[in-house]
Amino acid sequence: MASTDLRDRRPLSPHLQIYRPNLTMMMSILHRITGAALYFALLLGIWWLVALASGPEYFAFVNGVFGSWFGLLVLFGATYALFHHMMGGIRHLIWDTGRAFTVPAAEHMAWMSLALAAALTVLVFVAGWLAA
Amino acid sequence: MDRGFQTPLRRARGAGSAHEGTGHFLAQRITAAFSILLAAFVMVLAVVLAGSDYETALAVAGNPFVAAGLLATAATFVYHMMIGMQVIIEDYVHGALARPLLLGANVLFCGLVFVLSALAIAKIAFGA
Repeated sequence: MASTDLRDRRPLSPHLQIYRPNLTMMMSILHRITGAALYFALLLGIWWLVALASGPEYFAFVNGVFGSWFGLLVLFGATYALFHHMMGGIRHLIWDTGRAFTVPAAEHMAWMSLALAAALTVLVFVAGWLAA
Repeated sequence: MDRGFQTPLRRARGAGSAHEGTGHFLAQRITAAFSILLAAFVMVLAVVLAGSDYETALAVAGNPFVAAGLLATAATFVYHMMIGMQVIIEDYVHGALARPLLLGANVLFCGLVFVLSALAIAKIAFGA
């Protein structure tokens, strides 16, 4: 087929392996990765809701899974992914207003979102640990 | 107008992205903005309910305002992640069969996840 031929011989623009990795590039990639991870992490929350709707025995079982070291590890990762993606989203909403398009501003926001995502994750787990 | 003499590329040029890009963009940003508030709500709820027993969790989550918030969260998150995954599939999957199949599977999965969460929330709210 002619169109397939054309696609095979079409020159490619410079791609990932050409560029030196930099902060904003990594944040862009991580935004997509955390988004895709949250697609499946939402199932954890739905599982908890289903457990609560199913009765005390199943609720206790799911709470036990979430409370195990592995469960807590997964929840910690999911919580970080949520806050990381949230901070990345806020950066995009700021960019949507036409602000912060210079490299220093973009890199400053990248470091800020990393720090805030980590801080909020730790805050939620410390608060949860104190409440429990 | 008969355009049968034109190449496929010529016919595609200037047609843009099926004229739906703005709607997708707006839906993405609006659900994103609401997701900030709803994620904060869910995180506060998770902290409040950490380590609580079944009766307490049921009473708190079954409160009409909390249940409404959970339902709004499920609807917003699921819609946001559905159109987000759509873009990921459109970016990376180009197979003539795999692409429409995965795009369809994405809608099906998100629909099922939303129905399941809505049913669970309804049962919690109306008496589990």
